[in-house]
Amino acid sequence: MGAMSTTDEAEQIAPAAAGGPPMTFDGDQVVFELDDLSCYYGDFRAVREISLQVPKNKITALIGPSGCGKSTLLRSFNRMNDLVDTAHITGSVRYHGVDLYADGVDPVEVRRRIGMVFQKPNPFPKSIYDNVAFGPRIAGYRGNMDELVEQSLRRAAIWDEVKDKLKSPGTALSGGQQQRLCIARAIAVEPDVILMDEPCSALDPIATLKIEELMRELRENYTIVIVTHNMQQAARASNFTAFLTMGEDRAGYLVEMAATEELFTRPANRITEDYITGRFG
Amino acid sequence: MTAHTASRPNALTPADLQIGAGRRRRERAIGALFLAAAASSIVISAAIIITLAGNALNFVVQVDPGKLVTDGWFPRRGLYDLATPIVGTLVISGIAMAVATPLGIGAGIYLSEYAGRRSRKILKPIIELLASIPSVVLGFFALAWISPNIVQALFDAPLFNMLAAGIAVGILITPLVASVAEDAMHAVPEYLREASYGLGARRRTTSIQVVVPAAVSGIVAALILGVSRAIGETMIVSMVAGATGGSLFNLNPLDQGQTMTAAMTALAIGSDQVRGAALTFESLYFLGFLLFLMTFGLNLISDAFVRRVRRKY
Amino acid sequence: MAAQSEALSARDLVARRLQGGGSDWRSWVLEGALLLSLLVAIGILFVLVSDVLMKAFPVLVERPLDFLTSTVSARAERAGIIQAIIGSVTITLIVAALAIPIGVGAAIYLEEYARDSRLSRFIRTNIRNLAGVPAIVYGLLGLAVFSTALGLGSVLLAGGLTLAVLVLPIVVITTSEALIAVPTSIREAAFGVGATRWETIRSHVLPYAAPGIFTGTILSLGRAFGETAPLLMVGAIAGTFSFVGAPWEQLGEGYTTLPTIVYHWAGYPQAEFRALGAAAIVVLLGVILLVNATAIVLRNRYDRKW
Repeated sequence: MGAMSTTDEAEQIAPAAAGGPPMTFDGDQVVFELDDLSCYYGDFRAVREISLQVPKNKITALIGPSGCGKSTLLRSFNRMNDLVDTAHITGSVRYHGVDLYADGVDPVEVRRRIGMVFQKPNPFPKSIYDNVAFGPRIAGYRGNMDELVEQSLRRAAIWDEVKDKLKSPGTALSGGQQQRLCIARAIAVEPDVILMDEPCSALDPIATLKIEELMRELRENYTIVIVTHNMQQAARASNFTAFLTMGEDRAGYLVEMAATEELFTRPANRITEDYITGRFG
Repeated sequence: MTAHTASRPNALTPADLQIGAGRRRRERAIGALFLAAAASSIVISAAIIITLAGNALNFVVQVDPGKLVTDGWFPRRGLYDLATPIVGTLVISGIAMAVATPLGIGAGIYLSEYAGRRSRKILKPIIELLASIPSVVLGFFALAWISPNIVQALFDAPLFNMLAAGIAVGILITPLVASVAEDAMHAVPEYLREASYGLGARRRTTSIQVVVPAAVSGIVAALILGVSRAIGETMIVSMVAGATGGSLFNLNPLDQGQTMTAAMTALAIGSDQVRGAALTFESLYFLGFLLFLMTFGLNLISDAFVRRVRRKY
Repeated sequence: MAAQSEALSARDLVARRLQGGGSDWRSWVLEGALLLSLLVAIGILFVLVSDVLMKAFPVLVERPLDFLTSTVSARAERAGIIQAIIGSVTITLIVAALAIPIGVGAAIYLEEYARDSRLSRFIRTNIRNLAGVPAIVYGLLGLAVFSTALGLGSVLLAGGLTLAVLVLPIVVITTSEALIAVPTSIREAAFGVGATRWETIRSHVLPYAAPGIFTGTILSLGRAFGETAPLLMVGAIAGTFSFVGAPWEQLGEGYTTLPTIVYHWAGYPQAEFRALGAAAIVVLLGVILLVNATAIVLRNRYDRKW
């Protein structure tokens, strides 16, 4: 059902250059624009010459075999790769028109606007309340913190489960609850984008479905980019899908990006077809 | 919190992607503070090398070479027989290693390969407590117990002798040797042991023929580190080896002897402090520089061995 | 018939093999020898402690309080360790005030700020090497720099500074280990919501690493408390002196410490002074073993928790 409705919307937006890569969107709908982006760890090129656009208030999935650089690509969207000593990029990542790697851009503010949810739930070893309040506090939030915490937890669909134990440690929750707490924590700083790096890979199927449901609700207000190696998840939950694979040089490259329905039913590229039909990867 | 639904500007400028000036400044200041703290270690090293090498150089330039080969080390009288403190250091370190090698490595093998989890939990802390005993306490123990109850009971020796000092230094470095050796054996991956047991080997065969050879670099590193520590040990030798003022050249462990470190304290605690003959102060630093170079070299070699273990697994 | 007996003997053989593991005498000898070396090492600790306690017995029983509160004296029946206690405590405080902030700061720089550059690698190697420099060499440094070049002379402040320098690399190394043990996911979580490096460190990394840092720090203070040789070089007085004052009045004065006074009394041939030395050791060892036991307990609890 989710897949059906997402396809409708995707068709409404109507990619300007349907069929031929790269897939583009109307100017005011573009959140990220990658131009010839390559990511390196030292001399090793992990991601090769990727150009793509990420549309606003949609869920864009990055899929591909493991080791193809999906996570590296995702982490270049909020400069999380800066934390790795040897990491650097060539090409550009534009966020609402601003080159994220330009001089004068502070990765701290970039990450405030572009939140992230990680593969393994990583709540701080502190109370549930402090987990959510930490981000707004350092960002200098002056409003009613209790309200903000409650609102963030509600948006992450975990309020009912934790409202009576806000002072208990976040690490005591179940895996799925921890991940929704991490989503609440990301939302609390009022980001515009949420990056999700295989957010369900450590969760059981029921917790996974809850997170997917939550993603569809969050789409109303946020642009979401999700990395997943689970094709069903991409098919169920996303509006657009970009398929990456690894070249001979072990660098990941973009094979094609299309509306999710399109990509899974009529892949333009033979490699994509092989991958989604399970012939490799 | 209405921003969620409010329209967001579609075009940002780089200025939108900055944090507040105050926050940025604080960040930079704190980073600089930590860098300065780390850089202080370079200042310390430089100060050590400059003071040691500078004074040592003065000594080398000014000393009459004939005074470097005499009957003994008597700096206040201008006699600097280098062989005396160096040989004394080697004799005591040799005795110390003769004690610490079997005890330390034996204890290390037992802890790593034989001790059960529960006994390990009790035995390791005791070894660590042993390691925390100040050397002045072991010096006292050597003088008050080891020398009369072991050395003098077995041999005809004076109360102050190099053997008692060497044994005490050996006890001092045993926990160090044991823990470095144990770490090395602990780093040997479990699959090697399993492979050995899988072939029907006993624990004895596994630990002696599989684990110890695999960890040999680390065990060698432990021993070298032990030598380095023994050479630099000061309190025990200056309390027990006997030569407070100066010493004649002596190879006999049952007699008094001088070491490089004891020679240094002997100068410093004299009532006239570090004065005396013209080059007394400089001779102190010459010995110190020599000691520094020796321990530095040994530590580097030990480090190289440790890294070899790490690279292997 | 023949086949049956063969099968039986094979089973016997296997059974014997399976049961025979324990009867291998060489294994017993080896295990016994290894255990013996461990027990000898531990036994020495007990002999040492009991010997010291026995020798200290007269002093500890006859005048425990008088011994703690009296000043150094050439007359054994009057001598005490009050100046040594004040000196040791003051020096430990100086060391704590200097070596802890600088050492923890340096470790934070190396583990949290520094990229893998030539400078940071150099600092790392340098600190490892400093940790291996013999204590007496730090005494030479203190004598040349603090006592002579800075003109402090043989005073307590010079002693404190010297030991602070000696302990610094140890603080850096133990703090580094505690910081490395903090999972990367916690740092990523904080950076991910837009925290700066310092905000991440202060709010998440340091609290997480605190037990480890605390353990390492009190161990290094214990080390400073028992250190003697470098203090002899910067003028810790082993003989008799009269000054007694509050710690801050003591900074620019001659001083002595517990280990120094042990060294001093151990040198006398008379049994009365040996007893004094042993009694001072009881106090010294009491403090150091307490510090170390605390650290070990703390570490064990902390290991279990995380």
